[in-house]
Amino acid sequence: MLEVTHLQKLYRTAETSFEALRDVHFTVAPGEFVCLVGPSGSGKTTLLKCMAGLMKPTSGTVRVADKAVAGPPEGLALVFQEYGRSLFPWLRIAENVELPLKELKIPGKERGARVAEALAHVGLENSARSYPWQLSGGMQQRVAIARAIAYRPDVLLMDEPFAAVDAQTRADLEDLVREIWRDLKITTLFVTHDIDEAVYLAERVIVLSSTPTIVQREMIIDLPSERDQLSTRALPRFSELRHDLYAEIQKAKTHSALTLTA
Amino acid sequence: MKAAQSILHTLALPVVLVATWWVVSFDSTNVYFPSLQRILQAFPATWLDGGMESRLVVDGFASVWRLLVGFVVATVIAVALGTLIGLLPRVRAYCEPTLELFRAIPGPVLVPIIGLFAGIGDTMKIIVVLLGCLWPILLNTVEGVRAVDSVMIDTAKSYRLSPRRRIVKLILPAASPQILAGMRQGLSVGIILMVISEMFAATNGLGFTVVQFQRNFALPEMWTGIIVLGLLGLVASVFFQIFESRSLRWYTGMRRAARDA
Ligand SMILES: Nc1ncnc2c1ncn2[C@@H]1O[C@H](COP(=O)(O)OP(=O)(O)OP(=O)(O)O)[C@@H](O)[C@H]1O
Ligand SMILES: [Mg+2]
Repeated sequence: MLEVTHLQKLYRTAETSFEALRDVHFTVAPGEFVCLVGPSGSGKTTLLKCMAGLMKPTSGTVRVADKAVAGPPEGLALVFQEYGRSLFPWLRIAENVELPLKELKIPGKERGARVAEALAHVGLENSARSYPWQLSGGMQQRVAIARAIAYRPDVLLMDEPFAAVDAQTRADLEDLVREIWRDLKITTLFVTHDIDEAVYLAERVIVLSSTPTIVQREMIIDLPSERDQLSTRALPRFSELRHDLYAEIQKAKTHSALTLTA
Repeated sequence: MKAAQSILHTLALPVVLVATWWVVSFDSTNVYFPSLQRILQAFPATWLDGGMESRLVVDGFASVWRLLVGFVVATVIAVALGTLIGLLPRVRAYCEPTLELFRAIPGPVLVPIIGLFAGIGDTMKIIVVLLGCLWPILLNTVEGVRAVDSVMIDTAKSYRLSPRRRIVKLILPAASPQILAGMRQGLSVGIILMVISEMFAATNGLGFTVVQFQRNFALPEMWTGIIVLGLLGLVASVFFQIFESRSLRWYTGMRRAARDA
């Protein structure tokens, strides 16, 4: 479903050139839930923007549903880290969710139904007529998620979506994202730097190195697919995976393409 | 209660000033500065006599018409052009210094120049008002469009919104606080230019009337004209404020929410 092939990204200015991504290479199968982790500044957002067609890679290709990405691909939704800046403050919640559907030329009645369904899914049916700035941070992020699921994407990319919400909201949103993934069978790539979150959510975790970045390791998360905040996190296997991933990320902090491929 | 209090607040200073004017000028014998009492006595006969033929209706309408047409056309041109320039970084880099230069030229300088080309009819005055309003609106639109949040732009792109929808649903609303600030500046420049262009060359209008009175040494009447112009400015700004607060309800709400957080 998602194929990232030898992706390289240089940020160039007049005098300098900074190599954020060296050679990133991985695939995500249809219907899979993959978490992407890596040290801060390792190029996770850069990678997601390249995949979403918002930024041109220096070399390498991204394919979404077997089509090479040149601009933003069809059937792909991206949930931004900065949720507060991704909703339009002059539109009500329902209008924010509805806007992308208008572009899909979905008839008005069905649009309304989809918006209502998506808002119900994230538990915001009572806020349809509010404005984004009247809601808390966690609620705003749920609106962004509702907008993405109303769009019915085949691929959902999420960039540290819960970094700025409190712990309880975060746990709720994690379960929400798992549930959406299971119910709607959306191929999901979820960026986080929270180790627990990655293990709890994913079927597989991809660990990025520091810059210049390559894929340092891929880990299969062989936990039962039915997950629960209390019992899953209490499993011995959860602790083992968590431990492994922790060690891997510690290593990633000091490793990059320069040390790993030398 | 609160509304009454705020009205009281707004009116307090003007009332004090008018009262001061009244008292200070009360026994004025200076022909250039007649007492406010005399000015007000001259007011009804000067402006209101004649119903639909009165000066207030005829000259007021002529002036307001020029102002509105100039202002509205300037707004349409400036917003369209400003959006285009704001969206195209290269064009912007190329135009911006020139635009700043044009803005720095004081509007009244345009009056004789444009008078040469457009004659003394309505067209000349409308063009003068238009050119005066244009620059503040244009520059503010460019600035507002340029400053649209990059995450919002990426959101619109990733949901593949068409260029038209991107402009209507994102760029223009996002820039609207700036655009309206530009329009407010433009409106006050427009009023000034309207009056000056009428004083310079016209056969009717408020500016023309005031100058006529002055030339004929009808000084209390001249002062009433100045009061009319002041009131016109006041009414224009009140209307604009209502329009602005309606269009920017989301913006004031958002700012209040940010402040309270
Ligand atoms: N526009 C840019 N120009 C130059 N360098 C940039 C630009 N954007 C990002 N970088 C650099 O590229 C590297 C990767 O940035 P990126 O934002 O992709 O990292 P990240 O993994 O998402 O970080 P975080 O975990 O903090 O969100 C960083 O070192 C950053 O300084
Ligand atoms: Mg990031």
